[in-house]
Amino acid sequence: MKDMSEGYVTEDGRKIGGVVMEMKNITLRFGGVVAIQDISFDIREGEIRAIIGPNGAGKSSMLNVISGFYVPSEGEVWYKGEKRPPMRPYQVAQQGIARTFQNIALFEGMSVLDNVMTGRLTQMKSSIFSQALWKGRAEAEEVANREVAEKVIDFLEIQHIRKTPVGRLPYGLKKRVELARALAAEPTILLLDEPMAGMNVEEKEDMCRFILDVNDEFGTTIALIEHDMGVVMDLSDRVVVMDYGKKIGDGSPDEVRNNKEVIDAYLGVAHD
Amino acid sequence: MAQTQSGAQGLLSLPALLHRNATQYATAPAYREKEFGIWQSWTWAETAQEIEALALGLINLGVNEGDFIAIIGRNRPYLYWSMVAAQMVGAVPVPLYQDAVAEEMAYVLGHCGARFVIAGDQEQVDKVIEVQDQLHQFEHLIYLDPRGLRKYDHSHLHEYSHVQNQGRAAHDEYINELNARREKLDYDDTCVMLYTSGTTGKPKGVVLSNRNVIETSRNSAEFDHLTRGEDILSYLPMAWVGDFIFSVGQAYWCGFCVNCPESADTMMTDLREIGPTYFFAPPRVFETQLTNVMIRMEDAGKLKKAMFHHFMAHARKVGPKILDGKPVGLWDRLKYALGMGLVYGPLKDTLGFSRVRVGYTAGEAIGPEIFDFYRSLGINLKQLYGQTEATVFITAHPDGEVRADTVGVPSPGVELKIGENGEVFYRSPGVFVEYYKNPESTASTKDAEGWVATGDAGFIEEDTGHLRIIDRAKDVGKMADGSLFAPKYVENKLKFYPNILEAVVFGNGRDECTAFINIDLSAVGNWAERNNIGYASYQELARHPKVMEMIQGHVEEVNRSVAEDPMLAGCQVHRFVVLHKELDADDGEMTRTRKVRRRIVEEKYHDIITALYDGSKEVSTVTEVTYEDGRKGSIRATLEIRDAKVMPVQHAMAAE
Repeated sequence: MKDMSEGYVTEDGRKIGGVVMEMKNITLRFGGVVAIQDISFDIREGEIRAIIGPNGAGKSSMLNVISGFYVPSEGEVWYKGEKRPPMRPYQVAQQGIARTFQNIALFEGMSVLDNVMTGRLTQMKSSIFSQALWKGRAEAEEVANREVAEKVIDFLEIQHIRKTPVGRLPYGLKKRVELARALAAEPTILLLDEPMAGMNVEEKEDMCRFILDVNDEFGTTIALIEHDMGVVMDLSDRVVVMDYGKKIGDGSPDEVRNNKEVIDAYLGVAHD
Repeated sequence: MAQTQSGAQGLLSLPALLHRNATQYATAPAYREKEFGIWQSWTWAETAQEIEALALGLINLGVNEGDFIAIIGRNRPYLYWSMVAAQMVGAVPVPLYQDAVAEEMAYVLGHCGARFVIAGDQEQVDKVIEVQDQLHQFEHLIYLDPRGLRKYDHSHLHEYSHVQNQGRAAHDEYINELNARREKLDYDDTCVMLYTSGTTGKPKGVVLSNRNVIETSRNSAEFDHLTRGEDILSYLPMAWVGDFIFSVGQAYWCGFCVNCPESADTMMTDLREIGPTYFFAPPRVFETQLTNVMIRMEDAGKLKKAMFHHFMAHARKVGPKILDGKPVGLWDRLKYALGMGLVYGPLKDTLGFSRVRVGYTAGEAIGPEIFDFYRSLGINLKQLYGQTEATVFITAHPDGEVRADTVGVPSPGVELKIGENGEVFYRSPGVFVEYYKNPESTASTKDAEGWVATGDAGFIEEDTGHLRIIDRAKDVGKMADGSLFAPKYVENKLKFYPNILEAVVFGNGRDECTAFINIDLSAVGNWAERNNIGYASYQELARHPKVMEMIQGHVEEVNRSVAEDPMLAGCQVHRFVVLHKELDADDGEMTRTRKVRRRIVEEKYHDIITALYDGSKEVSTVTEVTYEDGRKGSIRATLEIRDAKVMPVQHAMAAE
């Protein structure tokens, strides 16, 4: 593998910076079940990092460790050069890590705009009382937050559904709204849990374009889990491959594609 | 105002009109665009500054007088400014259809030899870059929305705002040059070049002079008493002559405000927020709106439904009369006023038509029921007949004389005559200068005296002076027995049914007429849902026996109505087929303005046409389709052919 201590330049000319998040020897157990076993990898500034693996490999668990939903049984999470103590998910969010969910978790009864605005909640400093009275700081904050929300809405081309309740939207658009909510938080790292699951080809193409544009336009670091191999290989700069909770490969899409262990995990070999 | 007066005022070009507006109406809004959820606006004074900065930037980039600058994108103030900035520096703006594929663009860009292109976003930039190797004169590309373009090679690529900034920075250096060019602009200089959508063959570049545009804008504005207080919504393609006249010509002449929607998908919401006073739409938009209203009424509560139907029936009876200022009884007036409060007013508000003073529809014939629906609500919807070569206006309905079956009287300054074959000819100050680099076509369209052939067959009603259009002159043919064949006439009757999106009638030189029919997915889909008919695809719905039956009913009704006119009774549809796919511009079956390309359809589906005439019960066919991204695929289908009942033709009368 290339020496990458100072970052690297991708094939399409993007400059990838230093390590922004590092997972060191992470192990996660649920009682006797070992979901993740001694996994280490890093995520660099500005890169699109994919985590792949067969069903039950522990990908979502890994994402949940990054987002603070699970606290690892062993190992350390290093973020921006500092070791991260055990944290609540909202504290992780405040640190600049936003995520979307595999099975969409939006407020169905609220409008798209309101959903996107909830992405700004971590940035709000005014008290609940001043917000209720709509005075002073609350008003200025709301205006600033709305501006960010509107930029995201414009960016993801969902202006036409701004006022539509999320519950009335088709699946593909809901996924986009969820991405919008995550983006509204202006995250340093964006975690996407199967962003293309259940989409048709056209929706997938749109989503790919949005992911690339987000990375390109805002320089957001993106970590994603995805099943569609074509998508993963096209989108990502580096790929971590997991199987049965263990890391079996890590590197550029080409390296991973030619890795024997990875091929075995996907095509299946007899376990003896 | 006399013909020469605008000349005497020195208003010989759009930049001159801009200067007048910026001085006289400095603080009035000139443009609005919804962005980031808010209507952003620019006054005439600000507009003049923006345009000047861009014009200086264009000189800085090396634009020469006489250069062509292509403009591609959705309706945005910045792109309208580009057109005027181009004129200011002595160049010719050429707006292009933004949904054109790269090859179509390559032809137009190559034909006019555009040195500069101003594009809206990445999608348009990509198309130009794709074909730039075929273009010898092309040099610089300016883009508006930087999204996704960061990594592109910027040696010939410039961001719009940067060009403006460079223009501002170089103000002192170039302002004299700009003023000199601006003052040189003459009444007979080219104002704009618009490519016709090309129902047949390659698009032709129609050259319109300042005289054409300004005279036409003035005449038409006076005809409809347009003021600088109007608000219009600009959402129709910028490459279309109508948009150029409404959003640029008339807007600059009158000094009214042009509003641009946030995106194509938000048009209906934006329409409602702006509430235009002067509105223009092809029949399709009115049809869609009416269909949506009807669908929503189906789902409304009993009381609302009853009120709606009761008052709409009353409106149909007296609404148009009240609108035309004809005598109506007091009781009917009172009831209409009550209906206005309870039904018509709220409905107009929902549609975004509360403030419409003048509404126009053109491009295609509109269904009389649709037309009457809007007029009965008190919306002054009128018909217009025009074409690019006439700078839009040939005829229009004057207020108070509106009828669905005519296209109105000649617009001010327009003379009409009917040729021997029934073709309509016109002459007006709006008649185009020439087709660019195509003297043969110019000569065959416009004669030495300035009469222009419309290509449409029609006649002038003697008692009212209204023009009635029957069909395209070249489509009007003869059946085998010598009787008149006017396919468009029948197609329009078919298309007036909400369930039928498109129809193509064949029969020239044959014994009987047959038809292709496209169902309207939203209308038929809704009907299917209400009648518990399941379907998985357009194709499946299109060949459902119940749908076939419904369409057959429509065809037979049309036959009855066609048979009433002895001249056209031969055009009754004997056999028809419901097509398995929508006719589509991407497949070349229609123009970008959604007119059917008859010859191409005939060639492409010759197997189905053969089956329509050889008496078979069904036909299997494979059709090639083009997806939006240019890839090709094919659809296989077996289509049922149905016979429709026809009324007996009174041959005795026709033969006389």
